[in-house]
Amino acid sequence: MSRLIVNDLSCQRGYNELFDNLSFELSPGEILRISGANGSGKTSLLKILAGISPGESGNVTFNNNPTGSIAYQSDIFYLGHLPALSPELHCKENLDYLTQLNGNNTGRLVDDALANIGLKNYKYEYAANLSAGQKRRVVLAALFVTQAKIWLLDEPFTALDADGIKSLENQITTHCENGGLCILTTHQDSKLPNLRTLAL
Amino acid sequence: MALRNPSSFLNPLLFFVIAISLFPLAISPETHTLSNIGPGVIWVTCMLSVLLSLNALFHYDYDNGVLEQMVISPYSLSLMLLAKITAHWLLTGLPIILLSPLMGMALFLDIDSIYILMLTLLLATPSLSLIGAIGASLIVGVKNSGMLLSLLTLPLYIPILIFATSAVSQAQFDLSISGQLYFLATILLISLMTSPFVSAIALKISLE
Repeated sequence: MSRLIVNDLSCQRGYNELFDNLSFELSPGEILRISGANGSGKTSLLKILAGISPGESGNVTFNNNPTGSIAYQSDIFYLGHLPALSPELHCKENLDYLTQLNGNNTGRLVDDALANIGLKNYKYEYAANLSAGQKRRVVLAALFVTQAKIWLLDEPFTALDADGIKSLENQITTHCENGGLCILTTHQDSKLPNLRTLAL
Repeated sequence: MALRNPSSFLNPLLFFVIAISLFPLAISPETHTLSNIGPGVIWVTCMLSVLLSLNALFHYDYDNGVLEQMVISPYSLSLMLLAKITAHWLLTGLPIILLSPLMGMALFLDIDSIYILMLTLLLATPSLSLIGAIGASLIVGVKNSGMLLSLLTLPLYIPILIFATSAVSQAQFDLSISGQLYFLATILLISLMTSPFVSAIALKISLE
């Protein structure tokens, strides 16, 4: 079984230890919500899971592949605080680039994904001209395209309207029903099924 | 991508042209003086205009989070950086090479010197982009880092400057310049081999 195994992780920022000896396992179909006060290390944990920062000690493996390995990096899809869109590119180019960086080469799916989030007419609109919520939607559209099994979403519900939140929740549910995993941080209570909460 | 934002590459080029055309006004319009200082002037301005353009190399990608996505991508970060650096050279180094004969003529260099000047630029502007990428990746995420970038990169540019300008001025006296050209080629090869890896490591550290 492919499980995400987090073993004995600790993280320090400046002089503050954020968490210590953090271990958990996640099986396919499970959703993990990381909760905690501001500055408790939610984003830092996601960054360690995404392979951006190494953490002070401990390790993370999925299918026995450690973070940083090509297999692990192609299994994850990470969305951070920043929109990850270049203002000089239009939506379709941005989405193409984002999903290709993630290891997927799927041109037609990108069109469908933009239609799915209701931004079909914005295909050739420069990202610079989009509102914060629309940018979020474009980035989240990448979730329709990516084949990654583990979704790491940092505050995915920010700037989204009620409809957007609902459709994202549906998307996460479908992903997990198909055997995917999702780890997200949010301050909002959510009604997702199969949800576990990890308090930092 | 930079083509969509023309100011990012036109500014350094305009700087190159304007700075060079100021020298005859400031020093002397005399043919002899100008052809003496010509190679040096063109090379120094070329270096400074490359330096001007370096800030934009990773800065925007860092600001909007695309760099994060590049770092966690399963593809090789060094190769992606090499592509980025090549694009940077195509938009700064290459136009400078193409403009240099014009600037050379404005400073009364003879045809042979202009030819050598273009040769040194062709050999060395890629190194400028490559070495500059190391500097740019080290300062990514630091605010108001222009000064720091110059302090980091200019010392590394100095050998290139010395060999390139001495090649052109020796050629003006019909002396052999193969030594200088070999040195420039060596610098290019070394920076080509190391720069993408070093920049990749530096970027990963700045994103942690």
